[in-house]
Amino acid sequence: MTDELIVNKNGAPPPLEPLIYDLGAPGRTGAILPKPDVPEADLPADLLRDDLDLPEVSEMDVVRHFLRLSQFNYAIDKGFYPLGSCTMKYNPKLNEDMARLPGFALAHPLQDPSTVQGALALMYQLQEWLAAISGLEAVSLQPAAGAQGEFAGILMIRAYHLANGEAHRTKIIVPDSAHGTNPATTAMTGLEVVEIPSDANGDVDLDKLREVCGEDVAGMMITVPNTLGVFERHIQDIVDIIHGCGGLMYMDGANMNAMLGIAKPGDLGFDVMHYNLHKTFSTPHGGGGPGSGPVAVGDKLLPFLPGPIVTIVDEGDEGEPPLYGLTMPEQSIGALKAFWGNFGMLVRAFTYISINGANGLRAVTDHAVLNANYIRSRLQGTYPMPFERICGHEFVCEGHFKDADGIHALDISKRLMDYGFHPPTNYFPLIVPEALLIEPTETETKEACDAFVEAMLAIAKEAKESPDVLHEAPHVTPVKRVDDVRAAKDLILCCRVIPDWDAEAAK
Amino acid sequence: MTYIPHTDADRKAMLEAIGVDSLDDLFDAVPADLRFPELDLPPGLSEMETAWELNGLASANVAANDFALFLGAGAYNHFIPSVVNHILLRGEFYTAYTPYQPELSQGTLQAIFEYQSMMCALTGMEVANASHYDGATSLAEAVIVANAHFRGKRSKIILSPGVNPQYRAVVRTYHQGNDLKFVGDKGSATVPDLVDMLDDDTAMLVVSYPNFFGQIDDLAGLAKSVHDAGALLCMVVDPIALGLFKSPGELGADIVVGEGQPLGIPLSFGGPYLGFFATREKFVRKIAGRIVGETVDADGRRAYVMTLRPREQDIRREKATSNICTNQGLMALAACVYMSVMGKHGLRRAAELCYHKAHYAAQQIDALEGYSVDMSQPFFKEFVVTCPEPVAAINDVLLEHWGIIGGYDLSKDYPARENQMLLAVTEMNTKDEIDTLVEALRSAPDDIANHAHHHHHHS
Repeated sequence: MTDELIVNKNGAPPPLEPLIYDLGAPGRTGAILPKPDVPEADLPADLLRDDLDLPEVSEMDVVRHFLRLSQFNYAIDKGFYPLGSCTMKYNPKLNEDMARLPGFALAHPLQDPSTVQGALALMYQLQEWLAAISGLEAVSLQPAAGAQGEFAGILMIRAYHLANGEAHRTKIIVPDSAHGTNPATTAMTGLEVVEIPSDANGDVDLDKLREVCGEDVAGMMITVPNTLGVFERHIQDIVDIIHGCGGLMYMDGANMNAMLGIAKPGDLGFDVMHYNLHKTFSTPHGGGGPGSGPVAVGDKLLPFLPGPIVTIVDEGDEGEPPLYGLTMPEQSIGALKAFWGNFGMLVRAFTYISINGANGLRAVTDHAVLNANYIRSRLQGTYPMPFERICGHEFVCEGHFKDADGIHALDISKRLMDYGFHPPTNYFPLIVPEALLIEPTETETKEACDAFVEAMLAIAKEAKESPDVLHEAPHVTPVKRVDDVRAAKDLILCCRVIPDWDAEAAK
Repeated sequence: MTYIPHTDADRKAMLEAIGVDSLDDLFDAVPADLRFPELDLPPGLSEMETAWELNGLASANVAANDFALFLGAGAYNHFIPSVVNHILLRGEFYTAYTPYQPELSQGTLQAIFEYQSMMCALTGMEVANASHYDGATSLAEAVIVANAHFRGKRSKIILSPGVNPQYRAVVRTYHQGNDLKFVGDKGSATVPDLVDMLDDDTAMLVVSYPNFFGQIDDLAGLAKSVHDAGALLCMVVDPIALGLFKSPGELGADIVVGEGQPLGIPLSFGGPYLGFFATREKFVRKIAGRIVGETVDADGRRAYVMTLRPREQDIRREKATSNICTNQGLMALAACVYMSVMGKHGLRRAAELCYHKAHYAAQQIDALEGYSVDMSQPFFKEFVVTCPEPVAAINDVLLEHWGIIGGYDLSKDYPARENQMLLAVTEMNTKDEIDTLVEALRSAPDDIANHAHHHHHHS
């Protein structure tokens, strides 16, 4: 091969992997398709496109290209992934096999319900299980991700107040520690965000909460345990204050991995919540989805659930299974997506809950919280922490040191890569300076937790003794620090030349 | 314990390090009277018992592995080369998070960049995002873009009745909290009728290509009319059809959305699918969702990174136009692998197979007594059959007597379309299946009559 593969003309090192478009040759094709077994129809020449600019590669080109790309990724299957608020637990292989069973994978969503009773039975059972875990009345599996679950929840709160003739309730209270989706969701529904501060212990400031509560409050969104990783100590006061002024309580279920069998949101007084099946119930994150964000509601919001949901339409005779069907709730906010939800994710979550059962789920939370507190205890004294108290399944520390000027959370994160770890979530929650949000999950061994702690301690030492090692990190990853400023300034979002259609038309 | 690796010794050592006596002590902050409730769930099962149960549920479904499927209406049984699933099962891809740390995510990032590039090539648009949840929510997001583009000053969205009814329902769900008006789709408006509705309050006009009935409407001149009114043109497209037909870019679209499920993603009872979203570069800062851009690393090596991040919810919070974060990343990878292995020639071939088989089926069915097929306009892989009996009754016969999953009953969404069935024929339907379908339809009226007679005798 030529020198070009080692150094480009401008002296820059070569790309890790060519683009798929730069592989292959004109006329080559990967797919093996049959000839038509029917008489060929005339194609409408004036409606056809001239060219289709897709790659021309063999099947093996495709396999090698994507396999090589995969090797540039970090993943749970490769190592410890303590990304706070994302719950990067092990994704059991059984889940993948079950979602690919032909009876599930090849069922069309618009088939007559009588022909898909297995799929509907699974969905019905999952609705019941998620309702049981939440302590709420009913569940819709439709939302495609947590953000869509939030959207559904706030739309339901809005619809509830409208149905009660209280259109003046337009405010949703959101703590300053909230996920960005909470305010963004509120804005999407046309309601208004009121942000309230947290106190010095990481709890909602109750006095400030009382100040903003009035007749215009539609509800409040809060994460339990909160995004700082701690259980609100005044959760019941918060619920009482909001209910007292006529609002409803929304629970962001992103942190349910700290709640299984510990407390039911319904018991705590919540009216509506969403789950993230891709966090709590082990469905894979997929490099950015698909997720699944079922919503659970109490009796007030029952008629407003997004639909359709699965119901029993005929109990059946004794010994016979019931007949399941798809039903639109009476005053539903409507459909959030086509069809019934990210069904493949529902199969995976169902599999996971079946394997675990009640005791297993409780053990999940026990050990997620154990691992988080263990790492927290070991890092205490080395890394500043905004408050010292028992945490849930994650905790936040600060990625800066009094005696190491110029070291930021980002430097620590990048240096962790050199030690073979994915960094924690950084710069969230926004209210903690240089935040590092660490969530180990229950599937990591004590040895893995220890190895991570040792790396964090070593980096803290390096921060003071050889800060440049941190500034220049990472050193061993496929690429060095990536220039995101340049990416945003000189936008290159597509590697093909798209015709100038206006000019073409003018010709 | 399931997937939990801790030994008794581990637990003891860890609790000691924390300074508490038991696991229960970790939850003191939870109100005591509500702490540790019973969960009403069955006891946990072993892996094999779980697999048995799931196998039982899966085999209780009728599915395209054992039955001939002629049902489409937004979800399609297309060929999926084996390589697609093998790549999806790489743990490096499917157990990774969203690529926030580019140094550890170049695989996902380059694959998304390639996906974006292929979607641009397919649609004739200049930019594409990393996906939305499905075709319906992509359309809802397109409406958000139109609304943002006109800063709320144009309040009318014209929807063709030929846009998938579920998509139109989802768009209304998304926009119930704002002042947009959706018009055009309650009757049987044609494209020229929709053009007549354009005015200076119109933000966007939405058509489907092909439309929900499988037909290719005459869209020549549409873009000019829409643009002359100062509005945007959005096209909802079938990506397989774009293997054959002119690109929406060539037809003058401003935003192109659609369901990417046909691009290598199984039916899976309705999800997870792939909402694709492509547009012209001038709108890029207004669109939602993740976008990957090319850049360099500290050594000047080509690298990829999520870009234009300040549009997104985690930074912009209540000023973000959408709350989307997790999208359908792995499904975008599936589409990327699919479009790579099918390539320039394979996608065209698959589209041609659909076209030929659908036209063969349509002609055979149109020749049957009592049936007629609307062939007044060019069509791709779906077409409307007017039947001599209600669609539900015919479908019962097809399933029970012939092992065929029949077409979509259009009267569910369009009351005027009584006895009209939307049939989908793809490259997966063999000539034998089509001939069997034709035979089944031929005898269906008699079967229905006999069935009724039979029931009459026994009642």
